[in-house]
Amino acid sequence: MITTWPAPGSHAGAPEFAAAIDRGRRARLLIVPPLFDEMNRTRRLLVRTMRGIDAQGIDSFMPDLPGTNESGQPFASQSLHGWRQAMAVAAKHFGATCVLAVRGGALVFPNVLPGWVLEPAAGASVLRQLLRARVIAAREAGLREDSALLLEFGRNEGLMLAGYDVGAALIAGLESARPLDEGQREIRVADLGGAAPWLRAEPGDDPAQAARLTAILAGGIAGWIAA
Amino acid sequence: MNNDTDAGLRTVLGHVLGLSAVRLAALTEQSPLLGTLPELDSMAIATLFAGIEDHFGVMFDDAELTGETLESYGTLLALVRSKGTA
Repeated sequence: MITTWPAPGSHAGAPEFAAAIDRGRRARLLIVPPLFDEMNRTRRLLVRTMRGIDAQGIDSFMPDLPGTNESGQPFASQSLHGWRQAMAVAAKHFGATCVLAVRGGALVFPNVLPGWVLEPAAGASVLRQLLRARVIAAREAGLREDSALLLEFGRNEGLMLAGYDVGAALIAGLESARPLDEGQREIRVADLGGAAPWLRAEPGDDPAQAARLTAILAGGIAGWIAA
Repeated sequence: MNNDTDAGLRTVLGHVLGLSAVRLAALTEQSPLLGTLPELDSMAIATLFAGIEDHFGVMFDDAELTGETLESYGTLLALVRSKGTA
């Protein structure tokens, strides 16, 4: 289920990975995962959904964003621009015919493809949450930090946020980035039932939620193929 | 109006921390939060405040995100109510 793909900046010694279910079928869904911790929190839902749509005749590909998971590239050199280019390359490499972008993934997905955005997140809100986690952690350690001052510093020097070495370019990009969806259908968590896994500190397994997402995706794709 | 805030806050706590309905129902204003809920690390606290902001359409200031705010369910509820939530 794990394959590699030729991301910009990757090479044989340092490949980029993707979860993939590829049986050479016509319907091929690219899944652009959320950013930072939310990527881990949503992985089980998304992999379950990949298996679900596989059973309905749909191939799917979920590339890691360069710099994340087992990537050979440093996180610090990543930017939204770089991730956008990488996801466009992945879409082409895997021959994607449609896309699902989840949360912050909506900031970097190839919006020329038809498909869906799942609770798209603005860059500013992603960044604010990371800054807050750092301020709160500092306070617990008896230090006083301030989001505004951290941001000022981070724009020039980059920052360690929630264990990620976030470069200045990524911080600057997040500050103003809006979801890129253009005609893709929006899926809200209320459509899936249950709690949003990206909000959960320790997300559980929710097969019913994955089944709902599978039904939405498979139903939509079947409609396009029939049309 | 205040009962809606209480119910809404319990819903957000349940979603963010994965607390069971039994644990949520057992929360009183005196129930301690920080230090007793192992789920509450700094990222979870940031997520919790983001969840409250989304749910109630309010905004918090850095200065409000203190350990004192999370001392008990009651202190957190008082902060959310101070934002004029419905």
